[in-house]
Amino acid sequence: MEYIMTDNQIIRKISGIIQLNMKSFAMIFALLLIWALFAVMTNGVFLAPQNLSNLFRQMTIISFLAFGMVLILVTGNIDLSVGSAVGLVSAVGAYLQAILLPKILPDLLPMLPSTSIGIASTVITVIACLMVGLAIGLWQGYLTAYLGIPAFIVTLGGMLIFRGGVLGITQGKTIVPIEDSLVYIAQGYQGRITGIIIAILVILAIFSMTFWNRRQKKSYGFELRPAYLDTAKAGFFSILVLIYVLYIANGYRGIQNPVLLMAVVAVIFSYISTSTRFGRYCYAIGGNKEATRLSGVDIKKNIFIVFILMGLLCGVSGIVLTGYVAAGTIGGGTNYELSTIAACIIGGTSTMGGAGTIFGAIIGSLIMASLENGMSVMNMDIFWQYIIKGLVLIIAVYIDVLSRKKTGII
Amino acid sequence: MNDYILEIKNVSKQFPGIKALSDVSINIRRGGIHGLCGENGAGKSTLMKILAGVYPHGAYDGEILLNSTPLRNSYIGDALKNGIAIVHQELALIPYMTVGENIYLGREPVSHGIINRHKLYADTKEILKKYDLDIPFSAKISSLGVGRQQMVEIAKALSEDARILILDEPTSALTDTEINALMRILNTLREKGVTCIYISHKLEEFFRITDTVTVLRDGMVVDTIDTAGADTEALIAMMVGREMTERFPEGKRNPKKVIMEVRNLTAYDQASRDKKVIKDISFTVRKGEILGIAGLMGAGRTELATTIFGEFGTRISGDIIINGEKITVTSARDAIDNGIHLVPEDRKGLGLITTQSILENISLPNIHRFSSIFRIDKHKELQECERLAKDMSVKCRSLLANINSLSGGNQQKVVISKWLMTRPRVLILDEPTRGIDVGAKYEIYKFMNELAEQGMAIIMISSELPEILGMSDRILVMCEGECKGILEKKDATQEIIMTLATGMNGVHND
Repeated sequence: MEYIMTDNQIIRKISGIIQLNMKSFAMIFALLLIWALFAVMTNGVFLAPQNLSNLFRQMTIISFLAFGMVLILVTGNIDLSVGSAVGLVSAVGAYLQAILLPKILPDLLPMLPSTSIGIASTVITVIACLMVGLAIGLWQGYLTAYLGIPAFIVTLGGMLIFRGGVLGITQGKTIVPIEDSLVYIAQGYQGRITGIIIAILVILAIFSMTFWNRRQKKSYGFELRPAYLDTAKAGFFSILVLIYVLYIANGYRGIQNPVLLMAVVAVIFSYISTSTRFGRYCYAIGGNKEATRLSGVDIKKNIFIVFILMGLLCGVSGIVLTGYVAAGTIGGGTNYELSTIAACIIGGTSTMGGAGTIFGAIIGSLIMASLENGMSVMNMDIFWQYIIKGLVLIIAVYIDVLSRKKTGII
Repeated sequence: MNDYILEIKNVSKQFPGIKALSDVSINIRRGGIHGLCGENGAGKSTLMKILAGVYPHGAYDGEILLNSTPLRNSYIGDALKNGIAIVHQELALIPYMTVGENIYLGREPVSHGIINRHKLYADTKEILKKYDLDIPFSAKISSLGVGRQQMVEIAKALSEDARILILDEPTSALTDTEINALMRILNTLREKGVTCIYISHKLEEFFRITDTVTVLRDGMVVDTIDTAGADTEALIAMMVGREMTERFPEGKRNPKKVIMEVRNLTAYDQASRDKKVIKDISFTVRKGEILGIAGLMGAGRTELATTIFGEFGTRISGDIIINGEKITVTSARDAIDNGIHLVPEDRKGLGLITTQSILENISLPNIHRFSSIFRIDKHKELQECERLAKDMSVKCRSLLANINSLSGGNQQKVVISKWLMTRPRVLILDEPTRGIDVGAKYEIYKFMNELAEQGMAIIMISSELPEILGMSDRILVMCEGECKGILEKKDATQEIIMTLATGMNGVHND
């Protein structure tokens, strides 16, 4: 039997949904405001498909890191080493591609043509980079979770150690060349047709998820909200997907590979954070560590896993960075930790732990990338760019502090 | 100048829903040591907070005369200016600073804007000598024992020309030697004309050191008596006898077989392994029984609960036996896996996750019931938690609302209900009704009865004697980390419990 709501109840329900998602709406509003501002100040150049397309690509390297950083911050920890870690992964990747593998691969696989050797080199490099990230995560996670050294110190140490590693591997020089196949990961595009197929698949997925969820709810006997509300919600997200694919991506050269990769990783991490035990525990730990422990949750194991995931994401980010600059450099990843933490916090992650979303991290990364991109398009002096980004971060935290005061959570 | 340095006249203090002090009048004799005793919640600390200016003039009714002139504290510092200083139970010294630096913290003697260390230490030396306090003036606080740290607190108060010194349970953390030293100091202070107000749970101390004692009960003065010629029985008789104003639901409990046995359980302090937090405690609890644990503040009741719950890790000795099998409990996880669940006393600090929803709070220890490693079945989660919340009559608009949107009583129901999904064998409730309204209290009592009737063993720690007497089948009374006796409900009276809880020798049965 389907439960039917009156108009009044529906209005109340909608306002309830808006209230629950106030933070998300506020962030999206802030983003649109920034875009509108830049659109006016750049005479529309900012909103051209080419620029927006670049903007999305620019945000990817930081947003990979932000997905992991959200979980780190939610558990009440911090990771200051991600910039250096990305630099190290990138340096190892470039070293393998440009120096080590070209020496040994032709001997190991003599029967392969040189193009295939390039692909083999990239596969090995990608796996190796992820392993470096994993190792970093294991190391820092163990020190923080099991030895009880504060994450601030462990990762401050890591920041220096990994930067040292970068200098050691690069010997102070830029390492080139990088295989085309690795460059493709970071700079390649999906054709227009593929883009449209992807868009259709994503929209189908959105709708089938929505209706599967409704069926589940019904089978458990919960009241359903009117079908048109759910349809409208699914439709809204579908339109966003279409705008991105048809206007932004296909308006320039197509969907960029790193953006596609980012979307996949975002969905995975969003799922981990909202729909798994591990994710739930992370929020509980950040909200009240003692109460969580007394509820029988293994806090150490959870924090260990959070750092491992962060390490793996440093691996992903490092691979994309290597492909994008097509080199391994001594300065790779410098200051990324600051941009990442800023993106998370602008995206509504609480500095006190316990609150934050992957969606927020995406918006936060997008806001940071928009500021950078917009100010560059405006040809603003670099010193102003730093000052404005710093001010935006402080204002974002102040808003967080204010909203905490209002809800009485401190 | 009259005989009394401090005259408290008809002081009342009202908190929302509760009258903490009503019409309290006490006269404190100049240069004497005046004792103040009463059960937990009798109003001692409220009275002290009024004297210390925590509740400023105007926040209470009545009048206080200091040297026959009205005392009007408008903030905490005022009391000190008027010569009233409190030495708190928890010492408030900075461990990395020296004795002298602590005594003159915030009032350092300066010359040309620079701290004059020589004068600071010279002044410290003088104060210590004047009151015959045996402490090295330049030692770091962290190198001193609790007893000497307390002397520093006293010296600090005296250096600020305190004429009235309030000591709030000064002996609760001291060894016998330290207590002797403290008594000596108090006698010296008496000779020097300093007035002391001495608050304690240990009745024999009143006869050892004080001249007069005022007994408070339910925010009212029962009587003020001269200690000479009185005895502990007389004090206990005055302390107890609280009205049984609350109703307790009738339970049809029928305790049968022993589910948990605790044998010679001892737990050691984290800082010093020689110090025992709870000492050699043995008891049993049966299926379907409510075992009450009574005792005064600091008797080690919460520590007993947390020891059973694994919070002391490996710093314990003795046995915990469940269903005839000896178990090892070194973490909360171990306890939970063995069916022992704890609802902690500090609801906000240890019970709730205030950033999360009601649903997430209830579900936290139970998530494994509706999830695999890869996915939480959120519909099943909501369904089961909703059923539980309904059984516990948690009043809320939606389980998705933040836990902070609930009243204290409903929050407590949430904290209890999160443990009920797994049907624990032993449920430990630490002060389950603290700070919640009468209606919710009654409901929680009803749940306790229901759960016990269904065969759960409940251990209830409470500071309220009527609650202990009204709800328990048997009552374990603790004092200073020891079990002083286990009483059957029919044998228990407020007097007997209080006698045991204050460390007087009493009956032992069971």
